This record gives sequence, C-alpha cells and structure tokens, in this order.
Amino acid sequence: MKPAPFGYAKATSVDHAVALLSQYADGRLLAGGQSLIATLNMRLSAPRLLIDINALDELKSISRDGDTLSIGALVRHAEAERSDEIARHAPLIALAMPHIAHPAIRNRGTIGGSIAFADPAAELPACLLALGGEVEIANTGGTLRVGADDFFKGLFETALGPGDVLTAVRIPVARAESRFGFAELARRHGDYALVGLAAAARADGKALRDVRLAFFGVGATPLRARSAEAAVERGEDPVAALAHDLAPQDDVQASAATRRHLAGVLMQRVAMQLAEPRR
Amino acid sequence: MTERFHDIALTVNGEEVRERVDARKTLVDFLREDLSLTGSHVGCEHGFCGACTVRLDGAVVRGCLTLAVQCDGAKIETIEGVADTGAIADLQEAFQARNALQCGFCTPGMLLTAAALLAAGGVPSRDQIRAHLSGNYCRCTGYHAIVDAVEAVARARAGKSA
Repeated sequence: MKPAPFGYAKATSVDHAVALLSQYADGRLLAGGQSLIATLNMRLSAPRLLIDINALDELKSISRDGDTLSIGALVRHAEAERSDEIARHAPLIALAMPHIAHPAIRNRGTIGGSIAFADPAAELPACLLALGGEVEIANTGGTLRVGADDFFKGLFETALGPGDVLTAVRIPVARAESRFGFAELARRHGDYALVGLAAAARADGKALRDVRLAFFGVGATPLRARSAEAAVERGEDPVAALAHDLAPQDDVQASAATRRHLAGVLMQRVAMQLAEPRR
Repeated sequence: MTERFHDIALTVNGEEVRERVDARKTLVDFLREDLSLTGSHVGCEHGFCGACTVRLDGAVVRGCLTLAVQCDGAKIETIEGVADTGAIADLQEAFQARNALQCGFCTPGMLLTAAALLAAGGVPSRDQIRAHLSGNYCRCTGYHAIVDAVEAVARARAGKSA
C-alpha cells in the first residue's frame, strides 16, 4: 500500500523540531523511518506532517562523559555496530546489535528511534532497561532525563509526550567487574524476537550483585524479571523464579507455554554468560 | 516548509536528477515511476522482503522505507547502475551458473545485499552469508544456491587478491 498524503518539513535544529512539534499537533518525527514508514505504507498511521530530523548533526555523536556514555538519538544501528566506544563502554549493546533486523535496516534505523518506538519485542529497549540507562528528552520546557525503569509505560507507549524529542540515551560505562548477557530466539535471523533477554550484573567475588534481567517479546514492554534477579544474586536457580515474573500471552507467533519455556532456555544461557569473566 | 510537494536534486547512477516529488512517495516508487528504473522491485512495501534494496550514499537501504523527498542531495545507486559498472559481473555470473535465481524478483536486492558483504573482503562463512542475506526473501530457490554463489565469489575474489 501507499501512505496517505502528508506534509514534510526538514528540521534544522532540535529547537526547530520541538517548535514544529508544538505547532503541528499531528506531526511525527521521522528519524530512520524503518518502523514509521512501514506503518505509513500500511496506513496504520496517517500524520499530517513528518518532521525529518535526519539532518541534525547534534544528535549523531557517541561520547563518554565520566561514567556515562551518551549515544545520540540519530546514531544508526550500523554505526553503533562499528563503534569502538560502544564495544568498550556498552558491550551489551554491541552484543545485541547483530540481532537487530538486517543490514539494510541497520544502515538506516536509529538508536533513538528504536527506544522511542518501544516495540515490546525489540532489543534496544531491553538493553537500556538492563543497563539502567536514561533517556534524554527535549521539549518546549527545556531538557529532562527519564530513567529506563520509568520510561517504558505500555504497548508502544513511553514517557515521551506529544511535544517531546528524544535526543540521546545515556548508559553507565562498563567497569571491569561488569557482566553482561544477551540471547534471543527469532524465527528468522534479524526478525523481532519471539523471546529475548538482555542482562547486566556486577561481579563481587564469585557472587553477582545488581543483577538486572530485561526480557523482551513476553509482554507489552520490556520486563524486569525481579524474582529471577534475586535468585541469581542468591546463587539459586533463576528459571524456577521466572514463573513469578513472566506471564506471556498467546499470539500468532507462539503460545504462552512456548514463550515460557523459551524464556527459561534463554535464562539458562544468559546465566552462564553472566558467570563468565568478560573478555 | 511544511508542504506536500518538494523539489529535490540528487544523483542517480551517476546522473544528476531534478524532480518535484510528493512527500509520500517512497524512494523505490520514485525510481520506478518517475525515472523508469524498474530493476528495483516492490514486494511487501513494509521492509520485510528486501526486493526494493538500493544504495543510498553507498549503503544498502530499503527503497520502500525511505522517502524520495529525503534523498535531496543524496547519491543513489540501483541495480541498473551497479550492474553497468561491471563491479558485480562475477556475482551475476555466479548466480546464473548456480541457478541462484528462478523468477528473478528478489535478485536485484540479493545482488546488492550480497555485494555489500563481499565488499567487506575476506571469505565469510556460510552462516555469515545467511545472516547477512536474512533480510532478503527468495520464494524460489530455497537460498542454498544463493549462498553457494556468494561463497564462490568470495573465494574467487580472495584467491585473486592473495
């Protein structure tokens, strides 16, 4: 199908994008477009105006500031995949990257777009949650930051309001004692996950502390598995604990029972990854 | 500038193009309908099948998930232009020799996607080739022959440069 007609404006700065959004209530930001243009083509969405932010160089940098790695919203997946800074300071994102869609999609899709769209089966929202990162937002009131635990609200619903521009994600820089794990199952390489798990922890001798397990594809948002987190910290079996954490639904892709089983399989794999010292 | 119609200037297969486009027109529709470059195919129109693959500033993208209006100032290459340069003649020949196509609908996208992998150099494993081509559907071949063709070209190119 073809999109319904819309106007198009090229934002020249973040302030300009914010101004356009406040002026046109029915405007949508266009970043990589890899989800938005698909929904336009299928006429699941028909905004009156697209505000293209692709020219905003101020949103394209990856920079470290002390203990925080800031990734600009317009950094494309392919750039993140090649980035030494991300490999060094945010290894969980580097682990997730090859699972995200296909090369042609990764060449266009952006980090900020993926977080803002918040597909419940997408990798990056779960990574942000596992890492305890933050989202940086600009609007007419200035800028603010929202933590990952408060950002994902519901199905495709986030803390972003209609006038908000997501400008960057901020991630705590990995330390020597940081541990990460990532696994997902999809029918075809690069498809959205049937079930996925992004995890972060801190090694303390033989124990793991500050364990954060973020499952995706099993609910309306990426989900912390808090009982399983506690089990890992106590050195107990996290798979049994998952029954308290996850209540997946049946859908066309897989039954709830299948998803519960697969979540346990991924939990075992990721628990092993977390126990290994980082290379 | 919040209008629906915009003037764009871009390079397509090395030629300067100036056109007025409707903002809602996708890049692949623009190439096919306005420039009669019908080598890029329109399959699913929502990013799944890869038949519309073209190069935008050197990188492969989905022609159905990019708007023509976004390509103002860009350099676009389609299968017509890339094939004419001879840069993938060996890959095209390998596809033919190994029956890596039947109906040919996916082939332009397959060739451009495979060319991106081959351009990285080295000899990728069959798993790497499959992962790289995972975003391009083929409903005829079962993929095996396509992987064979890409692998053969990677080996031949590595042999030549060694």
